[in-house]
Amino acid sequence: MTDVRPMIEVRGARKFFGPLEVLKGIDFSVARGQIVAVIGPSGSGKSTLLRSINHLETLDGGEVWLDGVKVNQTLPRRAFEKHINSVRQQMGMVFQHFNLFPHLSVAENIAIAPMKLKGMAKVDARALALKMLDKVGLADKIDAFPARLSGGQKQRVAIARALAMQPKVMLFDEATSALDPELVDEVNLVMKQLAAEHMTMVIVTHEMRFAAEVADRVIFMADGAVVEEGKPDDLFRNPVQERTRSFLKKFLNG
Amino acid sequence: MDIALIGRIIPVFVQAAWTTVQLSLLSLVLGLAVAALIAGLRLSHLAVLRFIGTAYVSVFRGTPALLQIFLLYFGGPQIGIQLEPFAAGAIALGLNIAAYMAESIRGGVLSVDRGQMEAARSLGFGEGQSMRWIVLPQAAKLMIRPLGVNAVALVKGTALVATISVVELTYTAQRFIGSTYKPFEIFAVTAVLYMIMVYGLTLVIDRLDRAYAEEA
Repeated sequence: MTDVRPMIEVRGARKFFGPLEVLKGIDFSVARGQIVAVIGPSGSGKSTLLRSINHLETLDGGEVWLDGVKVNQTLPRRAFEKHINSVRQQMGMVFQHFNLFPHLSVAENIAIAPMKLKGMAKVDARALALKMLDKVGLADKIDAFPARLSGGQKQRVAIARALAMQPKVMLFDEATSALDPELVDEVNLVMKQLAAEHMTMVIVTHEMRFAAEVADRVIFMADGAVVEEGKPDDLFRNPVQERTRSFLKKFLNG
Repeated sequence: MDIALIGRIIPVFVQAAWTTVQLSLLSLVLGLAVAALIAGLRLSHLAVLRFIGTAYVSVFRGTPALLQIFLLYFGGPQIGIQLEPFAAGAIALGLNIAAYMAESIRGGVLSVDRGQMEAARSLGFGEGQSMRWIVLPQAAKLMIRPLGVNAVALVKGTALVATISVVELTYTAQRFIGSTYKPFEIFAVTAVLYMIMVYGLTLVIDRLDRAYAEEA
């Protein structure tokens, strides 16, 4: 343990879907500026783990901490709403299916949260939207509607939307899984750029090559548990666990 | 076919149709307001509120509208609710159509992809804010058609209040048949007037639908 407190800390996370235990006591932490990739077969619980970090899933046991603040506190309903809304403002989330707001323009998609939640003036919010779009290389799409964008462009706007709240961490839930293969790189490029800016990130992904390139640490999950974790070089080249080996082998052959 | 009779009665019937329009508009406004409330209850997290909403819909959809009108107009005075026929008719029709409209509204909200609510929540919007800024604007578009169907049913349903002597189109028709014995001419004129009203309404609905479609 370093003397710097972790940006994200998960302790003993447990989660049931009915009788099925999808998280069997997960512990992990992410240091400030660190990039952690979570890999594993479908149904391993990696998405559930990510979603429980910002409380889109409610844990049945264990704790989640963001920068020294407990996320899943026990509070009266209204107080908890207030607490969780403020916690979520500090965590950007990027979804597999983008979830852009189809009734709003690209500018409005990005500006709405800063305007409504931070009271930012419309002109300032638009300027911010433009700045964020510039970052993801889509400044020319500022007045387009989501329906007019390609999947890759949608995901880049979704990243810009999350970044506009100036989050402390970014969570990516299979951000490129729904994309046509030729559109994956443009999104990965934006994520790499964020990595270069030392954004703290947790990336749930199926892309081993990308995970190896961008992550400081890789966590391999299976059946609701962490099987193995380590630096990408170690985990991908010399996995210790048989389960990791067989997963990686299937992936490399497939 | 008594063409002269048709010419004579038209002014009176147009006047009566205007009463039907007023009755429809009033019931529509009341119905929409109550429907929004009931839909809200039906979508609530609290089981007790959901139950109240569901009970409302079951009662008003599960009993004849005519009976509801009778209950309010004839039964009302017994429990201290004394209303003019027009008011009783408008309220009963409004409360009745609200049950159907509540389902249209709820259906619209539930048809919006769950990911929209999640994305809004993940940005830090509260539940109410997410509804207001993200879900409802999208749901509104999906509600227009079904609410339009409800509104058309309402306009035609206003004929029921003829039974409590509201001087609207159908009541007027019945009264004229009593004095002229020309049911064919009179019901034909009446039917045409209903069709014109319904046609006008569908034009409004189409226009609303298109306006919303262009927005996105």
